[in-house]
Amino acid sequence: MITIITIYGLLAVGLVASLAKSKEKTLKACMIAKKAFLKTAPSLLVMLGIVGLTLGILTPETISKLVGAEAGIMATLIAAAVGAITLIPSLVAFPLAGSLLRSGATVMTISAFITSLVMVGMVTAPMEVKELGKRFTLLRNGLGLFAALLIAFIMGVVL
Amino acid sequence: MKVGFKQYIGVFVIGAVYIILSIVRVDWAVQSSKVVWDYLKEMVLILPPVFMLMGLIEAWIPKNKIQKWLGGDSGLKGIAISFVLGTLPTGPLYVAFPMASTLVRKGASHTNIVVFLGAWAALKIPQLMVEIKFLGIAFTLLRFVLTLATLIVMGLIIEGVLHRFPDKEWLKKGDEQVEHSMMDTREREV
Repeated sequence: MITIITIYGLLAVGLVASLAKSKEKTLKACMIAKKAFLKTAPSLLVMLGIVGLTLGILTPETISKLVGAEAGIMATLIAAAVGAITLIPSLVAFPLAGSLLRSGATVMTISAFITSLVMVGMVTAPMEVKELGKRFTLLRNGLGLFAALLIAFIMGVVL
Repeated sequence: MKVGFKQYIGVFVIGAVYIILSIVRVDWAVQSSKVVWDYLKEMVLILPPVFMLMGLIEAWIPKNKIQKWLGGDSGLKGIAISFVLGTLPTGPLYVAFPMASTLVRKGASHTNIVVFLGAWAALKIPQLMVEIKFLGIAFTLLRFVLTLATLIVMGLIIEGVLHRFPDKEWLKKGDEQVEHSMMDTREREV
């Protein structure tokens, strides 16, 4: 809700300012927006489809079964993999992580799940490649996964 | 502008997967379709204003401004600006990629883009509130600090690598795009 208010608020301010200054340029902005939208539409649809598949198959129940309450390094690696593959909204992910933590998963496993969830996006990769290039996407997500494991390790030791 | 069949191959492949799934595993197909429907509703609401905002940025903010704020010489200030832009409550990550693309083409450095995308995905303010509630303040704070530090390091590494080995394929695509939009303006002026 906050998101929607923020975006539409920004747009309203921008549009009014733009229209006040130049109708011509506002029209040009509309054209650019339309073009960018048409260009992005296919990769957005693909992403939508993949999000559906990952979340439809990897439901919160399945994830808790996969990550489980074990303490081993295996659980941490699985958690990182699940986090890297899926794109779970934070309103679902954090309660899930909290309940896993309470049911016995280690801090390391939980932070591996959360950090790789937010640092690595397999589902959004096709779109990222299109917008920012293959090399950038590979570097960002590869280093992101490494960083996620590193952060998880530090957090496991500290907390 | 032609929207080729080629661009939609991925969409057809995904469609085929759903059809196969609805034969093999109906429960998975139903669950997945429900998720798609939920996300579609969200995207329809969020994406049009986002693209419109990008259009306004493209039309109004000159390249040298973006370069000054977020370019290679923007230093700590650039990182700070990218960080703040990323943490604002402005929606899911798929919104950020088109924005990041606009910023890069207008001269933002890769370091700043990595920080921007990372903050967007990992350090969003509304998301942090939920995290504190379910995982506690110690967990959230530690993750916040560690993530911010690694993001900056990652950004510097990626900047260095892409500087030495530029993504030629992607750069070429960008040039074509610029030519197209220039042609359009010319057409419109005529």
